[in-house]
Amino acid sequence: MSDFMVKAEQVHKSFGRLEVLKGIDLQVSPSEVMCVVGPSGSGKSTFLRCINHLEKIDAGRLYVDGELVGYRQRGDKLHELHEKEVAAQRREIGMVFQRFNLFPHMTAVENIMEAPVQVRRESKAEVRQRAGELLDRVGLADKATAYPGQLSGGQQQRVAIARALAMRPKLMLFDEPTSALDPELVGEVLEVMKQLARDGMTMIVVTHEMGFAREVGDSLVFMDDGIVVESGNPREVLADPKHDRTKAFLSKVL
Amino acid sequence: MTTSTQPRGRPEAIRAVPVRHPGRWLAAAVIAVLVAMAVNTLVYNPRFNWPEQFQYLFAPPVLTAVVNTIWLTAAAMVGGTVFGVVLALMRMSPNPILRAASWFYLWVFRGTPLYTQLLIWGAIGALFPTVSLGIPFGPEFVTWQTQALISAAIAASVGLILNEAAYMAEIVRAGILSVDRGQHEASGALGMTRMQTMRRIVLPQAMRVIIPPTGNETIAMLKNTSLVAAIPFYELTFAAQNIYARTYQVIPMLIMAVLWYLALSSILMIGQYYLERHYGRSERTPTVARDQAGE
Repeated sequence: MSDFMVKAEQVHKSFGRLEVLKGIDLQVSPSEVMCVVGPSGSGKSTFLRCINHLEKIDAGRLYVDGELVGYRQRGDKLHELHEKEVAAQRREIGMVFQRFNLFPHMTAVENIMEAPVQVRRESKAEVRQRAGELLDRVGLADKATAYPGQLSGGQQQRVAIARALAMRPKLMLFDEPTSALDPELVGEVLEVMKQLARDGMTMIVVTHEMGFAREVGDSLVFMDDGIVVESGNPREVLADPKHDRTKAFLSKVL
Repeated sequence: MTTSTQPRGRPEAIRAVPVRHPGRWLAAAVIAVLVAMAVNTLVYNPRFNWPEQFQYLFAPPVLTAVVNTIWLTAAAMVGGTVFGVVLALMRMSPNPILRAASWFYLWVFRGTPLYTQLLIWGAIGALFPTVSLGIPFGPEFVTWQTQALISAAIAASVGLILNEAAYMAEIVRAGILSVDRGQHEASGALGMTRMQTMRRIVLPQAMRVIIPPTGNETIAMLKNTSLVAAIPFYELTFAAQNIYARTYQVIPMLIMAVLWYLALSSILMIGQYYLERHYGRSERTPTVARDQAGE
């Protein structure tokens, strides 16, 4: 176990000529809940996707639990990891998407069982029991055999969280988990996330929910134009932003 | 319906004069005359020679040809689909050599007529008189005569499979591309490899897009099997030709083949209807409104 669950050093990422991340430095301790806020296009989702190698970084270093993401260092040379090794790293990291991305041809319980059975080769009976417990934990014990198309957005997102937890990840990434939800469904998803934070899960949450950041977050990072503009205790940053860009952004969303 | 209309009672039902459609009557009259003419010729033109047709319809040589047509269609579609999936995956591979090879294959097999391809398969022995197993450019361990090894049946199935694979590859690729990118990302984030993602997540969803055109391909294949007379392989059309070469009953034998093709393609169309209904059913589409209304 390393000191930091996630450590980013001067992370750069470009899409073609567009530089999206211009040197991100940050650390996330185990059991920390870090909320990342900022205007759209600021690079916060891209940074999140870099952490489990859905995007390749162009410069800098990114570590998860002390391990370099996507590469192996031999001497002063970096070697790309094989697809299977990347997959092995991703098993340890849960991710929840804005658009849920449940598998539409599988029921809720099949969605949850898929990765433990196919990837970790665990026994079906054992996984089925765990999936039932997870559905219970997100308040959907009665929806086990429902297909995603039969669930509301909030229910789908809670199944998606259960699906990620079924792999027993040491880190959970949330990419605007409530942005695609009708306002009255946001609360039920945030409630599940709060419970998860209380249980000691390390979480990085890209969000526009300032109330959640204030209440649950241990730290808050404000990103704009590919850099971390300001970070610190969420209550302090939200109450008394130091930087003009933070002030301008918060005045629009609060 | 608002309650305010209730006290005044329901107004009298509208009884308007319908719009006249003289064009429809005219079209019906023309069609009726044409149908009458067709029936007349079918019944009274002796050159259809119906007795002879019915005599051959279930004759052993014709039934053999029908069976050959059916298994050739099935073999071509199964083989073409399997190879087509491989070609589609190659076409979308990150490996540029596999991509190029798949592109080249499609270019050759979609860019040349099936009939010409089948003629080449029929004459393959002229190009490669022997077939050997060994090390490329090195020693050969076993050698066969091509003519003996590749029968007409094998040449016919191989020719149809290789051609069909090129078309199935594009159908499969379209199906795979129809699946949302988020599905790849979600399964990747769960630690699944590309092959696992393809097999467990993407292909099952792609089936809805793949099935309908594959049904059309199967019906087209049933008819395309008539081209393997080029090899030559004994199927339905070839059987008809065989018989009329002897009896000079050209039209009756061709009509007999037509009846068989229609019967077989009707069966396929019925199968396609049920398959599409199966894959288009609503369990996977949003039913939130119904669900909530029920609770």
